[in-house]
Amino acid sequence: MPLLAVEELSVAFDTEDGAVTVLDRVGFHLEAGETLGLVGESGCGKSVTALAVMGLLPKPAGRVIGGRVVFAGQDLIDAPAEQLRRIRGNRISMIFQEPMTALNPVQRIGRQLAESITLHEPAATAAVTRRSLALLEQVGIPAAEQRLSEYPHQLSGGMRQRVMIAMALASSPDVLIADEPTTALDVTIQAQILEVLRTLQRDTGMAVLFITHDLGVIAELCSRVVVMYAGRVAEQAPVEPLFRAPRHPYTRGLLASIPRLQDEPKTHLTTIPGTVPAIGELPPGCRFANRCPLAQALCSERTPMLETLDANRTVACHRWREAVAS
Amino acid sequence: MKATMQTPADEALATDSPLLEVRNLRKYFPVRGGVFLRTVGQVHAVEDVSFHLNAGETLGLVGESGCGKSTVGKTLLRLLEPTAGEAWFEGRDIAKMNRAELRRLRRDIQIVFQDPFESLNARHTVGKILEEPFVIHRLCSPSERRERVAELLTKVGLDPNAAQRFPHEFSGGQRQRIGIARAIALQPKLIVCDEAVSALDVSIQSQIINLLLDLQREMRLALIFIAHDLAVVKHVSDRIAVMYLGEIVETASARAIHETPRHPYTQALISAIPVPDPTASRDAIVLEGDVPSPVHPPSGCRFHTRCRYARDDCQMSKPELSAAGDGAVACHHWRTLVR
Repeated sequence: MPLLAVEELSVAFDTEDGAVTVLDRVGFHLEAGETLGLVGESGCGKSVTALAVMGLLPKPAGRVIGGRVVFAGQDLIDAPAEQLRRIRGNRISMIFQEPMTALNPVQRIGRQLAESITLHEPAATAAVTRRSLALLEQVGIPAAEQRLSEYPHQLSGGMRQRVMIAMALASSPDVLIADEPTTALDVTIQAQILEVLRTLQRDTGMAVLFITHDLGVIAELCSRVVVMYAGRVAEQAPVEPLFRAPRHPYTRGLLASIPRLQDEPKTHLTTIPGTVPAIGELPPGCRFANRCPLAQALCSERTPMLETLDANRTVACHRWREAVAS
Repeated sequence: MKATMQTPADEALATDSPLLEVRNLRKYFPVRGGVFLRTVGQVHAVEDVSFHLNAGETLGLVGESGCGKSTVGKTLLRLLEPTAGEAWFEGRDIAKMNRAELRRLRRDIQIVFQDPFESLNARHTVGKILEEPFVIHRLCSPSERRERVAELLTKVGLDPNAAQRFPHEFSGGQRQRIGIARAIALQPKLIVCDEAVSALDVSIQSQIINLLLDLQREMRLALIFIAHDLAVVKHVSDRIAVMYLGEIVETASARAIHETPRHPYTQALISAIPVPDPTASRDAIVLEGDVPSPVHPPSGCRFHTRCRYARDDCQMSKPELSAAGDGAVACHHWRTLVR
């Protein structure tokens, strides 16, 4: 049994033009100790998926309209609030892209850390301080003792993200959901944070759901990948086969459009023509059809179901066999 | 950088002189503090930056937040006043231009920003936005202007009907096309692209990069391409200048910067880029610590606090940019570094 299973999860948002479905029967599972990447471009629903898992969809506009999120055998969608509280932020923690908006700007780091520690396990002040220092050291913050008395604005972006990770670790979670945690950081600082996450995972054995738009980061960190497009899963696979032999035309297009260092300068990049359809103007059938080089009439008529290729791979495309042949 | 005694104005008369020659450009911002907001320090945003750019060529300016790359770009259009230094454009020093000259300059040099939404007037139709350059510079009759707008939209890959719509009706990539259409309206010689593709999704980013490459060839545009993503910069540039804390630490051809990076910072920057290939070897040089404050930049080589090869002399004396390969590098020890 997987540690966390998302099954046929559908989410709708109320807008001025009525309810729009932003997630359509999304499913994947996360095993204990693994790092699963959730990748896709703006608006593909990767962050909404994370929020739905955490029960953090903006209310009242957003709501789950179908499916289940099962953590350790227990459905989180219909669970009573009290039960949810024991899981969320405790056994499942989350970090975000911009730690400055998640940290309290007028409280010292030490107090915020202490709060996340005692929330889960009341302890004496001295023990809390010891634990705080240990957590800060675990995420590689130098001069940890001094940091405890500082405010978030006194830290750099990279240090703030480390503090966020330390807070998320306070409860020794089984699952860490990381939503674009390095996107706002410079590339050399991103490398530091990825290193911290890798080390932590090795040492603690927690599972990580890593959400990003950057396939480079996926390749560096994840063992399996779920590719999303316009609110649906396009393809999922272990990381090596996905990069070596992508099955979905969208994954292929995405991989081909990345500028790479070894490319000849000033040559044309491969592109995916057109743009992602706007939520609310989603086409029938396969949502990628209007940008897909392999699309046929069938594609804009029938929604492709997730097809299992082998034990580890699924793809939602009517024409993936042609994609492989081309 | 040149040994001859010619003035840049003389050089401009020669046929092979660069379109733009920047010499010892410096930009400090005051840090104000206290009750009377007196200047209590200076942010050394750009320090003695020199480079040149030929017609039709692309120079990439790359570096992390706060390295001064955007400040350089804005100074070239005098959107920011330089503190010191010269920037010779076709034989005239941008730093010394009066208002009339600046107006003329802004036909020849244009800028495209990261977020086109912020630089496009939300209350104007795209047609009005694109007509504005012609109105400001009193060019063309109204009917000619509308024709030009339709041409521009087609050129950047949009439907001419877009002229009747408002910026908010377009996606990010389409808005960036509008920003580019405005920039090329008056057939400039140089466009500064300030993180012009950084906010775009990768499938859209590649479309805009291709568009810029096409327009450059067609119009013989020179580009200064400012971005933090070295892989993107390398893709569009002929030459690249790597900046760290307000200084250029290395220049080289786009190919050489990847194949033989000489400055330890360039090497670290390259190795930190996540490679979209799970089988690639991971020998990342993880730089420790953060970029120091540009208010009190480190003595000597500004990179010495994070450089794994730093020795005593690195904090004592500042390394000058000196010729290396097809470019230049500012490091005391680049010859003896092994990677």
